[in-house]
Order: sequence, then structure tokens, then C-alpha cells
Amino acid sequence: MEKTVLTVIENVPVAKDVYKMRLSGAAGETGPGQFINIAVPGRFLRRPISVHDACADGITIIYKVIGGGTEDMSRMEKGTRLDVLTCLGNGFDTAPSGDAPLLLGGGLGTAPMYLLAKKLVCEGKHPRAVLGFASADDVFGADELSSLGVDVAVTTVDGSLGVKGFVTDALPEEFSYVYACGPLPMMRAVYDKTKTDGVGGQYSFEARMGCGFGACLGCSIKTTGGSRRVCRDGPVFRREEIIWETREG
Amino acid sequence: MGNAGRLTTELCGITLDNPIIPASGTFGFGYEFAEYYDINCLGTFSFKGTTKEPRFGNPTPRIAECPAGMINSVGLQNPGVHAVVEHELPRLRECFHKPVMANVGGFSPGEYAYTVEALDGEDCIGWYEINVSCPNVHAGGAVTGSDCRATAEVTRAVRRVTKKPVIVKLSPNVTDIAEIAKAAEAEGADGISLINTLLGMRIDLRSKKPVIANKMGGFSGPAVLPVALRCVYQVYEAVKVPIVGMGGVSSAEDVIEMMLAGASAVGVGAANLFDPYACRDIIEALPGALDKYRIGNIRDIIGGAH
Ligand SMILES: Cc1cc2nc3c(=O)[nH]c(=O)nc-3n(C[C@H](O)[C@H](O)[C@H](O)COP(=O)(O)OP(=O)(O)OC[C@H]3O[C@@H](n4cnc5c(N)ncnc54)[C@H](O)[C@@H]3O)c2cc1C
Ligand SMILES: Cc1cc2nc3c(=O)[nH]c(=O)nc-3n(C[C@H](O)[C@H](O)[C@H](O)COP(=O)(O)O)c2cc1C
Ligand code: FES
Repeated sequence: MEKTVLTVIENVPVAKDVYKMRLSGAAGETGPGQFINIAVPGRFLRRPISVHDACADGITIIYKVIGGGTEDMSRMEKGTRLDVLTCLGNGFDTAPSGDAPLLLGGGLGTAPMYLLAKKLVCEGKHPRAVLGFASADDVFGADELSSLGVDVAVTTVDGSLGVKGFVTDALPEEFSYVYACGPLPMMRAVYDKTKTDGVGGQYSFEARMGCGFGACLGCSIKTTGGSRRVCRDGPVFRREEIIWETREG
Repeated sequence: MGNAGRLTTELCGITLDNPIIPASGTFGFGYEFAEYYDINCLGTFSFKGTTKEPRFGNPTPRIAECPAGMINSVGLQNPGVHAVVEHELPRLRECFHKPVMANVGGFSPGEYAYTVEALDGEDCIGWYEINVSCPNVHAGGAVTGSDCRATAEVTRAVRRVTKKPVIVKLSPNVTDIAEIAKAAEAEGADGISLINTLLGMRIDLRSKKPVIANKMGGFSGPAVLPVALRCVYQVYEAVKVPIVGMGGVSSAEDVIEMMLAGASAVGVGAANLFDPYACRDIIEALPGALDKYRIGNIRDIIGGAH
């Protein structure tokens, strides 16, 4: 964890109610699947948001306007300075990915897949991606992933773009590993579908957070290894650690 | 005059370098925070509420945001006293070299006593903070700390098994907090700490249901400061033992206010969650705040508002 001040250098819509915010400043070394925790002025708790892209001089996030905090964020002008905790959480581990891992993003769960794909490509691997959204208006991130040379399929629930249905309706025949981030029903469906073929995977979870750095036990989940903190031991968990029964929908 | 000496205060016969005590449940067993700064700058800290048996705690969501505060429903998640002794305290001792405050929870007088006995051989423990007030856990309905007799029973049970200072931590969710403080003092409590969280609720407008899985939880943060100050003020008038004041403290000015109300030392809870450096920064800001309000030594203002 690092506490730092980052400056908004871009804050633009990329889909319906979804914005991309570029933040500049020394943000520490961030790996894929990690998140930052943003202090939104006037709000008591920070807002946890996944890192979409990271480089030496800044971080990019993609966020959806859900309630007051993200609405405030959507109105932030270039030059706004934000108090941010960075390098949070235990992100995706690329070591077990094999040569052809599959990246599955559901809605805003697509956001962390870009930095992950970048790292996998950098390691000479050949990731593919399936991104699921509700409708064509909600789609973002596909072109960016394609530009890395990743083979990307898009699904929409209403069929307005790409394959009609869910990400599980567009899974390729073969893949070496799964990286998933999205709503619980989606991740669970992916988990169930990949159960029989023994494909390993890592799944990124969300939780209401008090601190985001492991102090309050607000974000606990039960895993096969006992109680774990989503913010510090996660948000990414390996499939063998996951106990679905205790997760609320 | 050097600044360091101006901040010292005393709590049940043990001198603190300064009055700042991260509150139980917001500071773990210290070692997470020790990654960020040297936690030996603290007066002491109160470690995570420990019970006889391991507890997973309440279902999630456990956290809700409020204007100027938060609700938590962690539900005393902890690995149980034996795991605390075996795994947590060794890690704590590596990064913290002052007496620490052991926060103890329980569901019967016997359980509190069991936990204190199990901890009593640990030299690093300077005080026990007996949490009779956690609103998240209901043993047969009422909270121990909402009743003078039940509070007295727990205090007595713990008093019997240790020679170390026993501080009883009170709930604000009561009609007359001073009466409960007096009941604890009468059974040999060496100090009183207050306040624990206020019972609260938030409702999600989208789902139209409570945000917290357990529906209610403990409300704390800056919004509760006036309630905490009132409670500390009332208890100071009612008892002779020292008070650890807490509830909504997030600045050096709040610390001074809490001590004027009657606190000998000051707990800081939710502020640590928003900013992991909160306690360090408050300690650094204290000498300047004392200058600003023409205060020489901080211990001279305890109860000054009375
Ligand atoms: C590890 C992690 C990574 C995330 N990454 C992204 C991302 O990349 N893009 C994105 O758009 N969103 C992401 N989220 C969800 C995002 O944190 C919430 O949408 C946001 O906090 C909502 O804030 P609000 O003030 O607009 O909503 P409100 O509902 O007004 O917020 C009230 C409180 O609830 C919390 N809250 C509400 N929804 C969520 C949620 N789904 N998860 C956690 N806390 C919530 C808020 O933080 C705040 O404390 C992530 C969440 C987590 C835990
Ligand atoms: C996340 C969280 C967990 C807590 N856990 C405990 C606990 O285990 N034992 C206890 O005595 N108090 C616990 N408390 C209460 C605090 O120690 C403190 O009394 C209260 O939060 C008021 O202080 P604040 O307004 O500074 O947060 C907890 C508070 C929070 C926010
Ligand atoms: S949010 Fe505080 S421990 Fe995870």
C-alpha cells in the first residue's frame, strides 16, 4: 500500500455511465488485478476501483456511475488532485496461466483485464478474451485488448452486439487457464463450466470495504483455507480456494 | 521545553508517551500498520477484540457508509484466544515494544474470565479492555453492557483472574451510562473506556433493504464525537478511575476536546480506516495544537471542562 496524491489528467465517458479516468503521479508498482482506494471529497469511505492500466507515471481506471461517490468522480475536472491509496490487494498471478489463458470480464469486471493481458503478452503468452455486457451501449475495452493482439469476443445479453447471451455462451474450445472478474453469477457459471476439464483459474471478488488494506475485517469471505480478507488476501482468489455457498448474490 | 514530555499521560499507573490509542477493531494486531510507520510512536493500541472461541463474525456486507461516519457489523471476528496467543502476539511483539491493551469480548462472565486468564501470562499486555458493549453480538438478546448488574458480574469475574489493570469499555446505547460506569468501578475496574459504537442502520435505495446483512451495526466516526464527549463528560463526574475517551476523534483538536471532557487517554477508531497514517499524524499535530490553545502539558487539561 502507498498513500499518494494523484492528479486527474483525463476523465471521459467510454460507455453508458462508464468513464475512463487517467491519474498521473507516483503510484507505486501496480500489478494486474490490484486496486486503488480513492478518497472522494465529502465521503467518509474511500471508493475501491481496479487498476485498468498502470505505468511509471500514473494509473488508469474505468468506473461506472453507481451512486453518489462515482457520480462525484464523473464530474471531476482535469487537474483535480485526489488522495489515493495505491498498490492494494493481491492481484492476478500470471505464473500458472499456460500459453493460452482465457480472460473473462463481465461488465466493469472487464476493467482489470487490460493490464493482465499486457503482462501475459509481455511474457510471450497468447491470451484470449471474452467480454460480457448487458447491451451494446455498455461495451468498452474490446478494441484496446485487440490492439494488444488479443483475440476478443463480445457478448451482450440482448444480442445488440456480438454473441447474444453471457460470456459462458462464447467460450472457445480450448484454453489453458481462466482469469475471471465480474458479477458473482457470471463467475460462478464460469467456475461450473470449467469444473470437469480441470482448468485452473483465478477469480476476482468485490466486497464492501471499510479500509481496503486489511485492518477492519469488513470484507471477510470464507475460503477453503479459512477466513480471508477480500481487500488484502484477495481480491483475486484461486478456484480451489473458493466456497460459493457462503457468498451472497 | 521539549515537546515529547508535554504529551505524556498516565493510564492506571502506566505512563503513556502520548494519549493516542488506536481503538480495538481498527488496528488489527498492529503489524499491518507497522508496514506503514513505526507504531512505537503511539501511546499504546488496543488490539482486535478477542474471544474464547474463534469467530468468523457476521455475514457480509458488514460495512455501510454514512455522512461523516460508517456502520460496521464485523461481529467480533477473531481467531480465538489461543490462536491470538500463539500466532498474533508474537507478530505484535516484533513491531511494538510498549505495553499493549488487550481487548476482550465474550458472551458470559465465565468466557471473559477464561480469555483474560489465557492472556494473562503475556508480558506485552499492559491493560485489559473488557468490551461489554459490542452491539453486533446478541447472547440471549440484550447486550451485557446495557445493564448494571450484568456489567458488574463481568467486571467481577475478570477482576478475580488478573492483577493487571482492567478497563471496562462501555456502550453508549444505554439510558444512563454513568450508572453503568459506577457499577464497573464498584467491582474493581481500574478504568473506563467509552464509547463503543452506536447502534445504527442504512437502507439501500436500490434494493430497498438494509445495506448491512445483519440489518443493524455499530455507527462510529466523526458524526458521533458530540455523543462521545457527552458520555465521557458524564462518566468523569460519576467515577474516580481514569477514562479512555473515544468516538469520532480524527484530529489533534478532537483529542484536546476529549481530554477536556475528562479522558486521560484517547482512542481513535474509524479514522485509521480512512487514513492508515491518522494516528501518527494526530500525534505529530498535537504539540502545535497545544501551543495554539496555550496548553503546556496535555495531562493538565484532563477534565478541564468541568
Ligand atoms: C476490489 C474492487 C474493485 C472494483 N473495481 C471497480 C472498477 O474497476 N470499476 C467500477 O466501476 N467499480 C469497481 N468496483 C465497485 C466500486 O467500488 C463501486 O461501484 C463504488 O464504490 C460505488 O460507489 P458509489 O459512491 O458510487 O455508490 P454508493 O452505493 O453510493 O456507495 C455507498 C458505499 O457502498 C460502497 N459500494 C457500493 N457498491 C459497491 C461495490 N460494488 N463494491 C464495493 N463497494 C461498493 C461504496 O464504496 C460506498 O462505501 C470495485 C470494487 C471492489 C471491491
Ligand atoms: C470496524 C470496526 C471494528 C470494531 N471492533 C471492535 C472490537 O472488536 N472491540 C471493541 O471493543 N470495539 C470495536 N470497535 C469500536 C471501536 O473500538 C470504537 O470504540 C468506536 O468505533 C468509536 O470510535 P471511532 O468513532 O473513532 O470509530 C470497532 C469499530 C470499528 C469501526
Ligand atoms: S476492507 Fe478492511 S479488512 Fe478488508
